[in-house]
Amino acid sequence: MGAISRGFSGRRSATDVKLPPGQYLTTDFPVLSAGPTPRIALDKWEFTIGEGTNVLKRWNWKSFRELPAETITVDIHCVTRWSKLGTVWEGVSLDTLFAGVKTDAEFALVHSYGDYSTNLPLEDLMSTQAWIAFRFDDDDLAPEHGGPARLLVPHLYFWKSAKWVRGITLMHEDHPGFWENFGYHNYGDPWREQRYQGD
Amino acid sequence: MWRVGTVVMLHDETTTARTITLEVPDWPGHLAGQHVDVRLTAADGYSAVRTYSIASATSLEKRVELTVERLPNGEVSPYLTRQVAVGDRLELRGPIGGWFVWRTEQTEPVQLIAGGSGLVPLMAMIRSRAAFGSSAPFRLLYSVREPGAAFYCDELRRRSENDRSLSLTYAYTRATPKDWPRPPGRIDAALVEEAAWPSKIIPTCYVCGPTPFVESAAGFLSACGHAADKIKTERFGPTGGRK
Repeated sequence: MGAISRGFSGRRSATDVKLPPGQYLTTDFPVLSAGPTPRIALDKWEFTIGEGTNVLKRWNWKSFRELPAETITVDIHCVTRWSKLGTVWEGVSLDTLFAGVKTDAEFALVHSYGDYSTNLPLEDLMSTQAWIAFRFDDDDLAPEHGGPARLLVPHLYFWKSAKWVRGITLMHEDHPGFWENFGYHNYGDPWREQRYQGD
Repeated sequence: MWRVGTVVMLHDETTTARTITLEVPDWPGHLAGQHVDVRLTAADGYSAVRTYSIASATSLEKRVELTVERLPNGEVSPYLTRQVAVGDRLELRGPIGGWFVWRTEQTEPVQLIAGGSGLVPLMAMIRSRAAFGSSAPFRLLYSVREPGAAFYCDELRRRSENDRSLSLTYAYTRATPKDWPRPPGRIDAALVEEAAWPSKIIPTCYVCGPTPFVESAAGFLSACGHAADKIKTERFGPTGGRK
């Protein structure tokens, strides 16, 4: 327990929800981005899975949207300490996208339009843990929230759920992504409060 | 790692914002634009943490200034802007962030665009620039609700009067000073084009404020030809749009 702040009582949430340590509940949907919001025309959009310089799979918007999609209801946790419960998305499971991909790579670098990137172990993208989401709250995903499509990997802090996603590169060695290069934790498990390097 | 800072000075910037100066014996120093987490702990162990931008310049001093705007339904900001007294101790973690920063070795022109309390990290850049005798030309476009809501007014006026390579443009959204040439309103493409550095000189742009403000300001900069990788943004608060 930290030093007591004289006269501070705080405002506990009335509901008995279980949040990761250090998080507070919000009903809004704040935005955190490092630069201007890119606008990607659907007829220019593409998504690839690659390894080294090889493109293993490629979709355009039409072929991507023809894949089986599912409705996902999940809690999300931002490293800036807000959590939002029961968010509803529609997206394509990474298991679907990786069907038929054979690799012994252990790491993935997810990259975005606008040059954002984030890294995570490949196994965190598999087994119904991650999706490419294109709808939120019964509406097309807004550009400021990552539309046309973003990664959704809700068991990690939300910066790992890269907005404006354009592809995944498989790697045998881990390489830090954008925020991971600027002092944020390499893995980012909210339940272990892995916010910054050294946590 | 949480550090303990002692409040050594309090200064009201406006009726809703207060600057807190903390002495932090083990402060490692910070870059202009970085922020800290502040943790408050109640007697029963309940704690709440929020993030605040650092207002003070990069320096070797073991001091940190935070300017905190009181949010109407805030949990931490009302305490920091009303209850905290000189001599109190606050826990903080940081400095945090390595992207939205201005380093004193940068020499290129800089365009700052602030909305409301988004001025705080940009003020740290202006102060660092002065503290290190940098001649990097700075322009600030500062959008604020009304004259009384502006932070650091006297200091900014003094700094720009003494320094021809620091220029200020104010924009008021609700009420202007008397005889102000531009009617109250949000910043628009024409104002950004007029007040900001032209894109051909390739300034680094820093935009900070509420999310809708940053969305539109960064969009105007892009429309004026500034490359996306030269526009650094920091957003806070709700989206202002749909939930």
